[in-house]
Amino acid sequence: MNDMCHPPGLAAAEPFTPLHYKSATKPIWCPGCGDYTVLNAVTKALALVQRPPHEVAVVSGIGCSSRIPAYTSCYGFHGVHGRSLAAATGLKVARPDLTVLVASGDGDGYSIGGNHFLHACRRNVDLTYIVMDNHVYGMTKGQASPTTEPDWDSKLSPGGTGVRSFHPLVIALAAGANFVARAFAGDQNTTADIIAAGIRHPGFSFIEILSPCVTFRPEQKEWKNLTHPAPVGPTDDAARAAKRIMTDDGFNIGVLYAGHRAPYSGGPGAPTRSLQEMESAFAL
Amino acid sequence: MKSHSVQAPRTLAELMAQAYALEREAVERYGELADVLATHNNQEVAALFRRLASQEAMHATEILRTMGWTRAPQPPHLPDAPAAPGPEEAHYLMHPWHALRIALDAEQKAHDFFAALAQRCEADEMRLAAQRLQADEREHITLLQSWLQRVPEPPAGWDEDPDPPRYPH
Repeated sequence: MNDMCHPPGLAAAEPFTPLHYKSATKPIWCPGCGDYTVLNAVTKALALVQRPPHEVAVVSGIGCSSRIPAYTSCYGFHGVHGRSLAAATGLKVARPDLTVLVASGDGDGYSIGGNHFLHACRRNVDLTYIVMDNHVYGMTKGQASPTTEPDWDSKLSPGGTGVRSFHPLVIALAAGANFVARAFAGDQNTTADIIAAGIRHPGFSFIEILSPCVTFRPEQKEWKNLTHPAPVGPTDDAARAAKRIMTDDGFNIGVLYAGHRAPYSGGPGAPTRSLQEMESAFAL
Repeated sequence: MKSHSVQAPRTLAELMAQAYALEREAVERYGELADVLATHNNQEVAALFRRLASQEAMHATEILRTMGWTRAPQPPHLPDAPAAPGPEEAHYLMHPWHALRIALDAEQKAHDFFAALAQRCEADEMRLAAQRLQADEREHITLLQSWLQRVPEPPAGWDEDPDPPRYPH
């Protein structure tokens, strides 16, 4: 927890506001970065669901997007590159009473953490996974990431990589995610609504947030003119959702799939011993 | 995003609570922009954003005073904040001229928002209130335009950095 267990001066009956979820640490990203508005959307979403900050944990990996836990007043864990989902899964299974948000970027989440992504979708633990996708490794100065377009010409990949882009939404769907959505950082309130919906939805909620990198991908400023609300509401039919996601223009914003799979609850072979009993087994 | 719907408030209190929330959001966004620019050691623009934040705070306080509230109720529907500046236009080398352009754009959107709202309000008192808010935004636009005339437009190449984060190839 960064600096607040209970907000000073807030009576029990008073609702939490977005400010209650912000820490005193000022964010450091490039001016114009989409991650600023994602942070605001996260704090707004938490205010919408009204979970006290000390009942929320924000877990991240490495990269620009993964700085987020320090900027919230919730419990936070700035983890190992690509392993945010592994840490968050352990936390949620051990402490199912907590709301656990996981923050990542397209490099951390889809490349270094790609395998964890697949299996987190498959396990369907009740997590909300936010990936701030800017199609580039920003923190390490502009290398192509899994979602970079094959023809993106840069000093580090002259002429483009020629490699097909990763399609995270349809992969999440195929791997078993129970909630799949796309948001745009430039539309803070809609993003907050989508994150809140993801938190409320049981199971693994995957939210891809298009978050422009104004330093290495300045052309992404155009996303504000390209994004648009999804023409239809969410479906619970995975095949229909897959077809929509595979054939859309990549800029449909909204909840695209909301399924009914029961979240992971430990499985039939889950240990029934208490934490104290398990700890006693390690006592010397 | 290309489109978003504006849900018309049902009562005067809802309208003013919505207006208050929009002003407060603008205060927060200007404050954040000021923090960002201060972090990147652009103190002149940071100070300007702080000034814009304090102006929006005054407008919010004025709404509380008009309504006789000590605290505004939470509006039932929070629209996207048209009076809030868009953070995506910020740049670490930006000049006051750019900051004022961002503010002017936000005020114009707020003006258009309240104009659209005034057209959709059926009750006279709500339509008048929306028109007053629209007129306030028009005043802000005029003020910002006068400020803009007093700051020089940056020369071409204002964003050139001898040690840039991204080298051209």
